Amino acid sequence: MIDLIAFIPRAIGQSVPLLYGCTGEIITEKSGNLNLGIPGVMYVGAISGVIGAFAYEQATKGGNFIPALGIAIPLLCSLVGSLLMGLLYCFLTVTLRANQNVTGLAMTTFGVGFGNFFGGSLIKLSGSDVPTISLSKTSNCFSASLPFADNLGWFGKIFLSYGFLAYIAFILAIYAGFALKKTRIGLHLRAVGENPGTADAAGIDVSRYKYFATCIGCMVAGLGGLYYVMDYASGIWSNDAFGDRGWLAIALVIFCIWKPGIGILASILFGGLYIIYLYIPAGIDHMELKELYKMIPYVVTMIVLVITSMRNKRDNQPPASLGIPYFREER
Amino acid sequence: MKTRKSEPLFHIVKRKDMPFGKQVMVRAIAIVAALIVCSVITIITTKMNPLAIFSAVIQGAFGSTRKMWITFQDTSILLIIALALTPAFKMKFWNIGGEGQVLIGGLGAAACMILIGDKVPDPVLILIMLVAAVGLGALWGAIPAIFKAVWNTNETLCTLMMNYIAIQIVAFFTILWEVPKGSGKIGIINQNTNAGWLLQVGNKYLLTILIAILITVGMFVYLKYTKHGYEVSVVGESEMTARYAGIHSGAVIIRTMIISGGLCGLAGFLLVGSIHHTITTTLAGGEGFTAVMVSWLAHFNPIAMIGASLLIVFLSNGAAQISQNCGLNQSFGDIITGIIIFFIIGCEFFIRYRVVFRAKKGAIPAPVTGEAVFGGGPGDESAVKEIKEEEGNDND
Amino acid sequence: MSEYAIELKNITKRFGTIVANDNVSMGVRKGEILALLGENGSGKTTLMNMISGIYYPDEGHIFLDGQEVKIASPKDALALGIGMVHQHFKLVDVLTATENIILGLPGKLNICEAEEKIRTICDKFGFIIDLKKKVYEMTVSEKQTVEIVKVLYRGANILILDEPTAVLTPQEAERLFLVMWRMRNDGKAVIIITHKMHEVKEVSDRVVVLRKGRYVGEMDTGDCDVQRMTDMMVGRSVSLNITRKTPVDPKPRIEVEHLTIRDDEGVVKIDDISFTANSGEILGIAGVSGCGQKELLEAIAGLQKHVDGEVRYIEDDGSKTDLLKMSAQKISEKGIALSFVPEDRLGMGLVANMNIAENMMIRSFRNGPIVEEAVERNKAEALRKLRRDLNPFTDRKSPRKLAETVVKDLNVVTPSITTPVKNLSGGNVQKILVGREIASKPKVLLTAYAVRGLDINSSYQIYELINKQKEEGTAVVYVGEDLDVLLELSDRILVLCGGKVSGIIDGPGADKNQVGLMMMSVEGGKDEN
Repeated sequence: MIDLIAFIPRAIGQSVPLLYGCTGEIITEKSGNLNLGIPGVMYVGAISGVIGAFAYEQATKGGNFIPALGIAIPLLCSLVGSLLMGLLYCFLTVTLRANQNVTGLAMTTFGVGFGNFFGGSLIKLSGSDVPTISLSKTSNCFSASLPFADNLGWFGKIFLSYGFLAYIAFILAIYAGFALKKTRIGLHLRAVGENPGTADAAGIDVSRYKYFATCIGCMVAGLGGLYYVMDYASGIWSNDAFGDRGWLAIALVIFCIWKPGIGILASILFGGLYIIYLYIPAGIDHMELKELYKMIPYVVTMIVLVITSMRNKRDNQPPASLGIPYFREER
Repeated sequence: MKTRKSEPLFHIVKRKDMPFGKQVMVRAIAIVAALIVCSVITIITTKMNPLAIFSAVIQGAFGSTRKMWITFQDTSILLIIALALTPAFKMKFWNIGGEGQVLIGGLGAAACMILIGDKVPDPVLILIMLVAAVGLGALWGAIPAIFKAVWNTNETLCTLMMNYIAIQIVAFFTILWEVPKGSGKIGIINQNTNAGWLLQVGNKYLLTILIAILITVGMFVYLKYTKHGYEVSVVGESEMTARYAGIHSGAVIIRTMIISGGLCGLAGFLLVGSIHHTITTTLAGGEGFTAVMVSWLAHFNPIAMIGASLLIVFLSNGAAQISQNCGLNQSFGDIITGIIIFFIIGCEFFIRYRVVFRAKKGAIPAPVTGEAVFGGGPGDESAVKEIKEEEGNDND
Repeated sequence: MSEYAIELKNITKRFGTIVANDNVSMGVRKGEILALLGENGSGKTTLMNMISGIYYPDEGHIFLDGQEVKIASPKDALALGIGMVHQHFKLVDVLTATENIILGLPGKLNICEAEEKIRTICDKFGFIIDLKKKVYEMTVSEKQTVEIVKVLYRGANILILDEPTAVLTPQEAERLFLVMWRMRNDGKAVIIITHKMHEVKEVSDRVVVLRKGRYVGEMDTGDCDVQRMTDMMVGRSVSLNITRKTPVDPKPRIEVEHLTIRDDEGVVKIDDISFTANSGEILGIAGVSGCGQKELLEAIAGLQKHVDGEVRYIEDDGSKTDLLKMSAQKISEKGIALSFVPEDRLGMGLVANMNIAENMMIRSFRNGPIVEEAVERNKAEALRKLRRDLNPFTDRKSPRKLAETVVKDLNVVTPSITTPVKNLSGGNVQKILVGREIASKPKVLLTAYAVRGLDINSSYQIYELINKQKEEGTAVVYVGEDLDVLLELSDRILVLCGGKVSGIIDGPGADKNQVGLMMMSVEGGKDEN
């Protein structure tokens, strides 16, 4: 039997990076940009935060570590890192109208390489004498939960045991859902993704919306990387540990039919699937079965993709111009 | 009322086909610019001088006979995968599952080596390995294709998920067959008997290279001169036209993906049977993704793909040398690859469009154009004429 | 103050080497409906797109109330009170009417307030719309209404309507004219782009005529007659003078019985129709656009999925084949020489990115390359089969030859046969398509809007080609939009209305008014209100 009280908090912890990635990609895709570079962006978001935190921890070795700065510096570095990635993607696909798929893949190659390079070489590059990158002080700030959470039994464990970035993820997803549906900017963004020609004729600056949505989407996704390394992985960077979460996040977008609200539920579900292999007993003799259980989230994603494509209600379709560059004077 | 007082600073005009020579030049400029940026980054991170970087890159790729052969062998594998993906891309089917198709093909070959390696004679074994590898690769390609053909399921994500499913299946068998128990890896298969090891032509690198050349020519002919190739282009260009021409798009998609996956499986077969003689979850090593970019950079032209894959392998082997020399992480190569690709992707813009800047009123009436930046060669007379006309008008 | 609400002076716009507008000057007054008349491709829409900020003129000046303005984007145009209703509606399908109307406006989103304001506008000018309805559920007329309201909501004083009646039933058009008059009386300047004379006469106060991108003249609607307008529009007095020879020995070639076609959503497009197309005869099909012509031709060509009834192909010897259950591929495999010039040239009939020779292969790529002498020497069925089915290679040589022949015979203007067809002009594209389709010596030739967007010379060339096919004994089905042409070209005319046949009449001696009325007659069809 699965120990739910132990399982649920871990599943939710796993879901947070997915949710960040998913929310970010929804915002991006709503503008008509299919950003396959999200996995790379999340790596860059994570490593930028790590670089910031590492620098700050090294600088304050003798003590004098201010928690507020310990949070602000990595957070800012992470946001700037993923913003730059977003700008790069937009410059290539929006300004230069490059193929979105290829640009995205190149961004992923670049981003993952960037993350692993600095993750593996940071110590050497900075000339410091620590054995591994372990940012325990920063991590403590990021994963601090409410002081009374431990006293509330299962309720505290399931609902209150996370660092602040987890709550921000949920708030962001809910706000993104609201903004897309109920605000002027959301309306305009949806129009840009559906039919940029129409949006343009209506006086909406298509390129600006694409730039903004994609950059904000990247910054949100980058936070997912930051959360993973600072909170979930307790501040320890190891290469490739973030794995394929970025890709799963992109798949989640289709699963939740471009609605961030559904994205919350979907990411918790996938967070659970991602670690369920730890909770399915395989016996000590059959460790290989664990590897098969790890397949579950991908198989479920496939099934979901197929089912989503089978039902084709007009409202549940991807933004109509997704993946297509916009050129006003196209004839 | 927010009316702009000045004319827009520049506007973008689609150009008709650029002469081939000029296209090559634009790309060459882009590559040079990319190399400059890469060197600057390398200088910053490694504090090496530019000359040392240059020699290290050459050293890494062509430093010794062995290194040179390895460079060509790596190029061949990348080329085979890129060629495998090409018919799918021409069909606008975004197969980014090359990674998984290679891996599962490799698994098929490895499984034959392990399970029946000592039961059948070597030629038969190799034949069975080939069939298993190509068959499994084809299956891995066909599954997303069937979903696409029947329900129009998003193939990008489907092929991607198939990658991870393949990785987990390989991980499963790795533990099942691990040697020695508890090591978590299979190790060199049939090290003593060499059963299932592909024969060496000249040296152990040449076979792969020869097969790559064969496939390049084959794919060129397939795409250009066969009925299948024609059907692939029509389906890729317009679903409606395909229907009009009596082409069954679904069948073409499935057939093409079987070919695409099968060739990836062949690459897996070569990796296991001829190069590594073992299987790990990282057998494909990201080549499945790099190949997507190679194929696209070469505009789906098999011959141009030779150059594109050589460039990328050359640079990443060179980058590996630099990171080794400086004790840095291997991923340095990925960063370099990424930058090169960004530049080449970006330069396509200047091939397809022209930027026309407008001279401000009162300014010197000599508009700077995209043409001027990229050398208004004598080949593009219409463009030149247009500029002249514009100059004239501004003089009025 | 200028007399004009908006005035264009010496506007020139080029696309590559094509000059879309050449030194055009014109203006429209407040409280006036101006008709902008011109043939397809005369640059009307391009000109108006420059007022509405879609394109930016290469040369020339625009004045609003006498003040020079730069209109760099649609946003600028709207800010200046200029609104354009495009022929292809610029609406977002998944949004509601209200959301579409307020799209692009600044400020906080308040749907209720917006709906209130929209209702006021609707009441003032007499529009009827369901504000909560999503665009993809709307009829064409409803969409157009949303478009016009959208422009008015933004306080537009200058309205441009691009061929607004092309998609409307006569009743809907009448209602639109009513609205236009109310807008004029409200002091707005209205420009209607059209190429229909009767509309010009009915609705406008003044008319400006464009020809081949140039301004050719203007006049008050009151003192102009159709003949003069036509002369200005086409440049010379045209009596259409299409030769029509009497059909020689017409025999039934295609028999359509109780044909019903539904689209993917199950909407009936063609409702239980029957007719016969004869060899050596041109059967014209008339009807308001979108009343099932496209579906009808596609069904015969084996391209429609949801079909009922029978379409029989009759050989010279009287043997019959049911085409309806066959795909396009089956039909060609059976050796039935059926050619189809579809409405959507570059989306269906040709591949835009392929060159001329490659486009010729669309019909012939299943043939393998076998030396022609070999075929000559040995005409055995087995060899032909080998050539078609078993040879993996495709014949690239004969299509190149065919391309050269077509380019030469039909005077296609192109740098070479390896030029992608997307780089050719509309007329040349159509010549390539028609040339390919008649090259296979068809027994049946289906054409949909074969001269749409073509200049007069190209059009006549196409008419000649079609007539030649008829003389060679082909059964031609000609779907057209220009009634005058239909009346002079066709031997018989089938009139469609709302997916039903409202009558089949003989071409010679047919009366235009009669056909026009039949196109509008609705018997048990859609409820028009």
